[in-house]
Amino acid sequence: MPGPVTVAALLEQLDVNPESVLVIQGDTLVTRDARLADTDVVEIRPVTSGGAG
Amino acid sequence: MKCRVCRAPAVLDIRRHNAAFCREHFVRHCREQVRRAIDDRHMIAAGERVLVAVSGGKDSLALWDLLLDLGFEADGLYLGLGIGEYSEASGQAARSFARERGLQLREVDLAADYGYDVPGAAATHRSPCGACGLSKRYLFNSLAVEHGYDVVATGHNLDDEAAVLLGNVLRWETGYLGRQQPVLPASPGFARKVKPLYRLGERETAAYCVLVGIDYQVEECPMAEGNRHLGYKEVLDALEARSPGAKAAFVFGFVDRAHERFAEDAGTEREGLGPCEVCGSPTTSDVCAFCRLRARVGSRAVHAQ
Repeated sequence: MPGPVTVAALLEQLDVNPESVLVIQGDTLVTRDARLADTDVVEIRPVTSGGAG
Repeated sequence: MKCRVCRAPAVLDIRRHNAAFCREHFVRHCREQVRRAIDDRHMIAAGERVLVAVSGGKDSLALWDLLLDLGFEADGLYLGLGIGEYSEASGQAARSFARERGLQLREVDLAADYGYDVPGAAATHRSPCGACGLSKRYLFNSLAVEHGYDVVATGHNLDDEAAVLLGNVLRWETGYLGRQQPVLPASPGFARKVKPLYRLGERETAAYCVLVGIDYQVEECPMAEGNRHLGYKEVLDALEARSPGAKAAFVFGFVDRAHERFAEDAGTEREGLGPCEVCGSPTTSDVCAFCRLRARVGSRAVHAQ
């Protein structure tokens, strides 16, 4: 994805609900307002687990 | 965003609290929520022995870590479910966590110890998750009783409780609503069951693991894919995005103000119990649901030969 872009805008472009993921950069997390550059690499990790139904 | 407490750069925002936290204060927030759950609901008394139901996922490992951090004596129990690579990776995560911290992890393997696995049991049950849940509830309890633990602690979080509550309300399962509590008291043949993470969302438990360096099984169980529970969570996440705090209001409101109305419907579950003819565990039938499941899986295996 081209940067710069905020985490919130990135998730919106990807149609991902921010409530259902963590955005991980290296060994830490980034908040919705963090601005990502073209060269930044982040992991968007789902947090929903479902073994109860 | 800045940390609500110290104004340092934040690592996680939690919209339902209208707050963001730095690493240190987020970890403190998690501890406080678990401490509050335990104290408010009288989950664990000082000196009691706790058995943590450990799956290798984010919730159970975060729970084990937080209980130890709060000073409780807690061992783990891992059930090998036999779900291929998923189970292998889950077991590995649980064992690594225990080994690195010098903790006692008890292990039970469904296939080796009880002659069936979850994929085999799923074929004889209404849903794979139903067969799995039944096995877990039975074995966590019976092993806790056998080894003298006072409490079984499970990693059910706020999202799990909200999804189960939504499912129970949609079908007006009043008996289940009467039993859906953060604490199920002990009774003859049953250890107390507690859910110390019920005040934390699963985004928080996952964030806790990342921030304190817990390697958990990130992959979702392949047998849970597309199940009803995940559908409820998707709906609740959509609600939460539009109305932060909706899930917490739903669950905490139920626990504090509505649960009692259904208590009578659940009241008879542990009354009139007798011993299972096969294993001796308390049951309302001649043979308990776990032993009936084992018998069905065994019978199916014989037919298949």
